[in-house]
Formats: sequence, C-alpha cells, structure tokens
Amino acid sequence: MKALLVCEYREGKLLDTTYELLAFADRIGAEKAMVLIGSDSALPACNSTVYLAEAAKYGEYNPDVHKKIVLDAVQRENADCIVFVHSSYGWDLAPRVAAALRAGQVSEIVGVVDGGYEVGCCNAKMRRAVTPTSGKAVLTVQAGAFSFTGTPQGTPKVERIDIPDGATPVEFVGYEPAEKKDVDLTRAEVIVSAGRGVGKKDNIPVIQALAKALGGELGASRPVVDAGWVDHSHQVGTTGQSVSPKLYVACGISGAIQHLAGMKKSDFVVAINKDKDAPIGEVADVLVVADVMQFVPALTAKLQ
Amino acid sequence: MKILVCVKQVPDMESRFKPDGSGTWFEETDLAFRMNEYDEYAVEQAVQLKEQLGNEPEVTVLSIGPDRVNEAIKKALAMGCDKGAHIQDPAPQGKDPWQIASIIAQYARTEGFDLVFTGMQSQDRGSAQVGVLVAELLGFACATTLVGFAFADGVVTAKRELEGGIKGVAKLRLPAVVTCQLGLNIPRYPTLPNIMKAKKKEILAIPVADLLKEEAVAATARFYPPARKGGGIVLEGDVGNLVEQLYGILKEKTTVLR
Repeated sequence: MKALLVCEYREGKLLDTTYELLAFADRIGAEKAMVLIGSDSALPACNSTVYLAEAAKYGEYNPDVHKKIVLDAVQRENADCIVFVHSSYGWDLAPRVAAALRAGQVSEIVGVVDGGYEVGCCNAKMRRAVTPTSGKAVLTVQAGAFSFTGTPQGTPKVERIDIPDGATPVEFVGYEPAEKKDVDLTRAEVIVSAGRGVGKKDNIPVIQALAKALGGELGASRPVVDAGWVDHSHQVGTTGQSVSPKLYVACGISGAIQHLAGMKKSDFVVAINKDKDAPIGEVADVLVVADVMQFVPALTAKLQ
Repeated sequence: MKILVCVKQVPDMESRFKPDGSGTWFEETDLAFRMNEYDEYAVEQAVQLKEQLGNEPEVTVLSIGPDRVNEAIKKALAMGCDKGAHIQDPAPQGKDPWQIASIIAQYARTEGFDLVFTGMQSQDRGSAQVGVLVAELLGFACATTLVGFAFADGVVTAKRELEGGIKGVAKLRLPAVVTCQLGLNIPRYPTLPNIMKAKKKEILAIPVADLLKEEAVAATARFYPPARKGGGIVLEGDVGNLVEQLYGILKEKTTVLR
C-alpha cells in the first residue's frame, strides 16, 4: 500500500505534527511519499519523495488550490491512501480530496484495530472501527495518537508541482494572532481547571480557592471560556495552552479530545466528576465520583 | 436569498452508551435526544443573518432521521427558521457521511439555496465531513470551523479557528457552505410565543429513498467502549471520606503538599 502524507506548513514553517504522519504510515506498513505546499527551506527530514508546491505562489491556505495540488500528487504517486493530521488544516482539506476521488474518509484515527481504523465517537466516550470500502481512502489521524520517536532524518527527493492558476471562490485574507496571554499556565506546577460541570459563573471562585490552597493557577475548559465565566488566557487545550504541571485537577470536565490533548503531559491527574464514564477518567490517576460543588469546598477546607 | 441550515439530533452526551444488536451503533432505548450542539450555532447564525437582512431571506432547516428528529426541527423553527424539511430515514446511522452529504446536496440542488449553515461536526459520530462534502457536491465555496461570521455585499467573511488561539480569515463568494464551531455566537432560547408560532410553520416530509442516489464508501465494523488505560483509582462514596482519601493520595504520590 502506498500512502501520500500531507504535510502542514504555517507562517513559513513546517509543523512538527507532520512527523506523526510518518509514524502512522509505519504503523499501517505503508510505503511513504509526502506532499508539501511550502518552501525548500521547510522540507521534512525523511528519505521519501516529497512533492513540493510553493506556498509563495499558491498561498499558505486556499482550500480549492491546495486540493488540486494534493490531487496532482495523488495521481503522480498513484497513492492508495491520503493521510492528513486531524487539525484545522486536515479536517478542512481532507473531505475535499475525498469527494474528488469518491474515496471513503475515516476521520480522527486514534488506533488501528481488527476491523479497521479506530476512531472516537460520542464525545470520546465510545469507539468505532471504520473501514473504507472505496478504491482509495482518505484518513485523518488524531494529533498525538501516533507519536514520532527519535530525531527526524534523511534527505527527501523533491518533485515539484506546478498547477495552472484558476479562479477560486475562496480568498485567504490572513491570520489573526492569538490573544495575549496574561497567565502563563505552561510554567505552573499545579493547575486546577473548571469545566462545564461547575454549573455557573458564580461557582468559579470555589475552584479558584482550591487552586490557591494548592498554590496553583486556575485553568478552564473551552465551554467555560466561551460562556464568559473565565478569561481565554486560562484555557487549556488545543485552542488554548498546552500544560505539563505536577498536578492537574479537572473539576467538572468531561474530557473532550481537544482538552485532553492540552493536559495529557501532566504528571498526576485528579478528575472530579459526577459521571463515572466521563472520558477524563481515561487519563486520570484518580477519579473522584462526586458533585464538584460539594467536594471542592470540602477539599479546600481540609487543605487550609 | 435562500438559506439552508442542516441539523442533526444526537443523544445527550452525559448518557451511558452501549452497543445495539448490530454491534455497530448505540442502543437508543433510554437515551434522551437533543439538537447537536454545533448545529445550534449554525441555526443561530442563520437567524441572525436573516434579521440583519431585514427578514428577507427564507431559512429552511433540514434534518435526516426517524420521527423524533421533528423535535430538533421544531426547536430550530422556534429559534426563527421559516420552514422545515424532514428527510424521513428510520436508520440514518447506517449511512456513511458521503451518503448523508449526497442526500442533503440532492435536496439543496432542487431548492436552489445560496448559503448553507451546519455544525462543524456531530457530537456522536464526529466525522467533521458532511458540511464540506455537501459543498463539494454542490460546487459551493466552503469554510469550516467558524468562530466569526460577517456578511456584506454578497461576500462572507469567515474567521476560522486554528490551533493555539490563532484565527485564519477568508472571504467566500456565494453560493457557500459554512460549518460552525463553539464560540461563534450564543444560541437564543426559544420563547413561548415563538414556540407557539413555530407550531404553525410547515415541515415538509420527504422519504429518504427519493434523495439517496449514492453507495456508501465507508462502513462501521464495530462500536465499543474504549479500553481503560488502567492504573487509575476510582473513588466513590461520602464526600468527607473522599476528601480524606484524596488528601492521603496527594501526600503520598505527589510533591505538591508540603
């Protein structure tokens, strides 16, 4: 089987997640080729063919143009499967490529099991094994699910892609930087995070008090930030900060994949949740099955 | 302008899930269903756009599934959509995203919509494919994961959420499909008068067989709970005891209590 791995490139740099695609290809025993819409100065270190189109010419992201470039590489390589990271780039582009090829797509693969590719479902509480039934397949893999170990090395064989310009109904305008972070959670030794299970904004000080009693910082999951209960600078997860404290206490957080991705490097994880089956239980060293608003004040009192 | 909003009805994610007789999906008995959260942002954005344009656009809400999905359609009507399209399908879970998208595209093609809103993914299957596939099948422009939406002079300005808090901004000419992410807006609660008004709005029922022309390109082989990573301790019982137990564990296993 031949796999075409679609590299990611943003603001002039190759993204590290690209190497996870190599790890995934090894896991499924596929021959590898890569495609990059980027530049010569940001080629992945590997011993495969890399089909290179210039981002300077085609733009860092224009979905219709990037689709044509990937399809060109698919054809030249005669790839059986086309693999993306399940990122904002991958999940946007992959279905476009799948539609053009009439190929089955499997999204956000976390493992390879009997019966196909393993994907999460029902908010990560359950799993499905999915198999493409078409000639070619399009796959997106969850960031972090297939770790690349070791140092990337090798020199790729570069094949250039040049496609005819064409009109496109989507115009990429540019990037907006992330909001300035007032709180640097990446250095905190203890983080106590509030999730939707906290119930309401008025309850946030209760979580903050536990953070203070443990000498740590307040963190938050995305829904809590979106609801305006806590400022974005406290958000932990793929769209917030990635953290690695000695102790992470998740209060009323169910454990969406994006949140888990941001806190899984914590040394010790305590989750407090009424729902014993919540996915946070998968990564927790201790799961306390309790109502957050009853348990947290009692723990804070004990610590004080 | 004609606007389409696609919504899915999903189980409450706090539920406990178990495989059904086929072993490829969940058992529905005892589950409470509601509108997919991401689709609520889609409905809200469509209604806001209608209001912005002086209520001129007609907003149709579409859902595929058994009779129960009428509840999700009615909620969208009570939020301000004008009419409903119920694609009657007793077992939509047996269809892959490609088939679901082709059903929607087939309906949209005959109705001539200019703009399609949908959630970025469903909370149950989570494939994040259907919206983009609909756009590809219709030949529409598309932007995914919107956390910002503006419309002026026939052009959508879409703010897409990227990793690490960065946003990507794109402009799309109509016709277009956009998929909506958490944080785009705050969906309104249907008021009682609007719920009453919604009861009079039309819901067109269309058998799925009239619209489905495509074969599946992917199949679910199994549905099962994840393997627990093991090692984790689960504490249950009286709060006082739980506090003592956790305190002991933190003292023993971490260095944070000095």
